Amino acid sequence: MRHKIILGIGPRYFRIGSDWRAPIAALETLYTTYPQASDAIPHFTVRLEATSVLRRWIKPQVAIRGDYVLPDALPVSLAHGLIAAEMAMNLQIALGERRFLLLHAASVERDGRVLIMTGDSGSGKSTLSAMLSKRGWRFLGDEFAMIDPESGLVHPFPRPISLKNASISEMQRCFPKAQFGPLVKGTPKGDLCHMVPNPTAIAAMNVPAPPALILFPRFGHAAETRDVGQSEAFVRLTQASTNYVALGEAGFEALTKLVNDLPAKAIDYPDTQTALKLVETLW
Amino acid sequence: MVGTLIAAAPPDQIRIVSFDGLTAIYHRRSGQTHILSEPLPEILSALGNSPMTRDMLFARLSADAEIDVCDASEALAARIDELEAIGLVVSA
Repeated sequence: MRHKIILGIGPRYFRIGSDWRAPIAALETLYTTYPQASDAIPHFTVRLEATSVLRRWIKPQVAIRGDYVLPDALPVSLAHGLIAAEMAMNLQIALGERRFLLLHAASVERDGRVLIMTGDSGSGKSTLSAMLSKRGWRFLGDEFAMIDPESGLVHPFPRPISLKNASISEMQRCFPKAQFGPLVKGTPKGDLCHMVPNPTAIAAMNVPAPPALILFPRFGHAAETRDVGQSEAFVRLTQASTNYVALGEAGFEALTKLVNDLPAKAIDYPDTQTALKLVETLW
Repeated sequence: MVGTLIAAAPPDQIRIVSFDGLTAIYHRRSGQTHILSEPLPEILSALGNSPMTRDMLFARLSADAEIDVCDASEALAARIDELEAIGLVVSA
């Protein structure tokens, strides 16, 4: 590729190549505080390519390609190149990761133990993990919890936090000193912006820790806490994993061990402050 | 069919983990995970590794798992068919 960057995030290195300079420049800025090792051997490759020779210069259109692709993914405009790169990196992990069991979950650590929060989009796990990082918790990630099937440890994967629409200004207000990426308007998901995790999270991104609690948060309901049985937790976690089937028996062993060893709770909450109190009470 | 000998899949082909109320079984040959509820784990347990006919199985279920096979014989037969279809019960 004409332009490229190699980024280290937790245990994984990504090579991102592009026909244009702009997306790579945006990544260099967003990932300033992350390892950018040109000699590292990447685990995954992403390519942002013009859909045709003409589309490199005239109304540039970015096709999202790489080791793993979605055949029906539509190209995006060059103005959304950074978002395309971020989406493609997620895709490589979601479809290609084979060493770690992946849970679509946010995770934070305190006192050497990890809280795993998993739920559907909109459950508030990204906001909760970011807000907890302000209260003494170490942010491990808001997209994927990477669990080593052999050790059971959760490995950090602290990508920049993807914020949408109203949450952008809210987080800018809550985190005035944080580094934010460019505001990208008019994407299929609305306005998007990335917030870089705090330096503590990035400095310790190669330090795994054992999980201690599984939490299923749900936003928009009256405050309530309930126990989640092992059977329900197992089924919900298999649904939350993007590579459970691909890992075969290793995934089965890792997930059953997780469910057998850890308590699981569900919380409903009407606002973030209530959720934070519930989490602190449960911990 | 009735006189055919059946058995649970050999222990080296499955991995069983019991939770609260449900049983998760990983089937190595297919790579699939099955979540079983009562009375399916009881059927597998009653079958064990000893080949037996369905009538013998029903008798054992009646004695060991206290299942009223007279009332449930049709349903039990359907469940055994399902277990055979996914490879957790095999012809012996």
